[in-house]
Amino acid sequence: MHFLLFETAKNDAVPAYEPWNVERAKALIAEHVGLEGPLIPILHALNDRFGHINNEAIKIVADVLNLTRAEVQGVVGFYHDFRREPAGRHVIQVCRAEACQSMGCEELAERLERALGIKFGETSPDRRVTLLPVYCLGNCSLSPAVMVDGELYGRMDERKVLSLVQAP
Amino acid sequence: MRIFVSSDAAALSVGAEAVAAAVLNEIVSRRLDAKLVRNGSRGLLWLEPLLEVETPNGRVGYGPVTPADVKSIFDGGLGAAHKLNVGVVEAIPYFAKQERLTFARCGITDPLSLEEYEAQGGLKGLRKALEMAPAAIVQAVTDSGLRGRGGAGFPTGIKWKTVLGAQAAQKYIVCNADEGDSGTFSDRMIMEGDPFALIEGMVIAGLAVGATKGYVYIRSEYPHAFRQMNRAIEIAREKGLLGTNVLGSKQIFDIETRLGAGAYICGEETSLLESLEGKRGQIRPKPPLPAIAGLFAKPTVVNNLISLASVPIILAEGADYYKNYGMGRSRGTMPIQLAGNIKRGGLIERAFGITLRELIYDYGGGTYSGRPVRAVQVGGPLGAYWPESLFDVPLDYEAFAAKGGMVGHGGVVVFDDTVDMAKQARFAFEFCAIESCGKCTPCRIGSTRGAETVDKIMRGEKVVQNIDLVRDLCETLRDGSLCALGGLTPMPVMSAIEHFPEDFDRTSSRAAAE
Repeated sequence: MHFLLFETAKNDAVPAYEPWNVERAKALIAEHVGLEGPLIPILHALNDRFGHINNEAIKIVADVLNLTRAEVQGVVGFYHDFRREPAGRHVIQVCRAEACQSMGCEELAERLERALGIKFGETSPDRRVTLLPVYCLGNCSLSPAVMVDGELYGRMDERKVLSLVQAP
Repeated sequence: MRIFVSSDAAALSVGAEAVAAAVLNEIVSRRLDAKLVRNGSRGLLWLEPLLEVETPNGRVGYGPVTPADVKSIFDGGLGAAHKLNVGVVEAIPYFAKQERLTFARCGITDPLSLEEYEAQGGLKGLRKALEMAPAAIVQAVTDSGLRGRGGAGFPTGIKWKTVLGAQAAQKYIVCNADEGDSGTFSDRMIMEGDPFALIEGMVIAGLAVGATKGYVYIRSEYPHAFRQMNRAIEIAREKGLLGTNVLGSKQIFDIETRLGAGAYICGEETSLLESLEGKRGQIRPKPPLPAIAGLFAKPTVVNNLISLASVPIILAEGADYYKNYGMGRSRGTMPIQLAGNIKRGGLIERAFGITLRELIYDYGGGTYSGRPVRAVQVGGPLGAYWPESLFDVPLDYEAFAAKGGMVGHGGVVVFDDTVDMAKQARFAFEFCAIESCGKCTPCRIGSTRGAETVDKIMRGEKVVQNIDLVRDLCETLRDGSLCALGGLTPMPVMSAIEHFPEDFDRTSSRAAAE
């Protein structure tokens, strides 16, 4: 019986990144190197696994793809998703685009900055939370929209967002 | 009996997963002979999580449902009266008055059941295309009048014809699913709610132009759509819809997905191609057109997701069937996304010609806040801000352009009377500055200078001169930028100044306050 496909809610699970490991990184790169245009998929894989892309990773990727380090670093730096430092254990992305603006996302953004004691783009000193802006999550009829640890939420307020990042 | 709870990301965002779990719990504990289906969303988003129950009279809906409501819905008897019962979903005027061609199955079927897809009219277009010569497929798309639904409105058939005529060992079909415009989510809904429609459209495009490989470039802000699309592609390969023998025809076509990495500019087709090739998403000057030298310098069709997903019905029912919807040179239907400060937001697929007034008041029921509507931005962050006096302009590429606006990807974002239009104009510049790829100067530098100048206006400094400066800067951006990001940022800025001048007149408001 085709019953259901449900994905367990992930908001109670803190994203676990592996510590940086050269052999693991090389294996991960090898998995994607056969693709057409492999660089972005490789960078996503590294970013997902280790939580960021460090200089050593850039050097390895450059060697494998026969690119210069500058070229790889240029790509890493261009895209908002690729992190040069690990994120906090929870990542809050607050949509700050027009549809959410019409429903008060700027006030929500200010409240979250105050409650968490950090600005957008920063990680709390205890490394519990990273606060990021995002420009549209495609949930524009249920604004304000927020993504927490990769899960989408609609009709959000400060209390609801904070309740999602309570786990240490 | 089947019970439906959507697994669309918008439905999940307001708790559909917990509702589904509660439904399953009731089915098991009551030992019911019922099956829970995780459908896409119907697009009646204010009713999500929407629970639907199959009855002899049609699917009866309950919404918005919380897990705590589920027991009482089962207690009262499925389909019976309940405070959340909204009646037969297809009879709700919001749904009943739509003209669903591209979204015919979305929210109705199990998105990952290819059997159900076919039973509901899917694959009919592809089967016809397999019997047709490539040029005849291109002709059908041209005759349908389909224009690019990403925003530019370029005739899809003409693009395809160019690629068909190009000689190359390898050609590509690239689906632009980098749906970055605020106020839009129709691409996401198809990927999550009817992904085979996109796959079928891409296969038909491949047959039409002689391409054997397709890519779907999906923005990373859509992780749920990305996973669903990958599952659908896997199923399509297993069942022979993709691969080296498409539906037993010996034709070859396969699709891969690629995840974007958080760059609005990659929705511009040449930036998207750069990104697919593994480069910075910087735009390429045109010519050469991607149709001649696109992905890896090979002839490439780059189409918006909705354009491609509209192709199956054009082939299935014929070009005239599609063309008979719409007005002027805007043929067919447009999936409109009603968003922002709106009571009943959602997806409304209607023929071109509908007005904003009908959308905002008849469908949307006015603002969510209950305050008067003051402004509407149509067509994403690069679209114009319009006041109520323009709400009767019919939705049509040319009619909107004639009034200084654009249809874009069909997003309609509503603002109530608390909006500060100077702030919105400032944001348009700021957004351009954040998302500029940096390739051309007007966009890279002009956006920052523009935001600074609006700041001065907002502080009441030399308002008249600074508005002139913004006007001048906007002309430079419009005429001197390489792509639509810089080229169209003037649209929200200038429309805000033109239609809401009182919000920029900070000197007099300051004087009044003093």
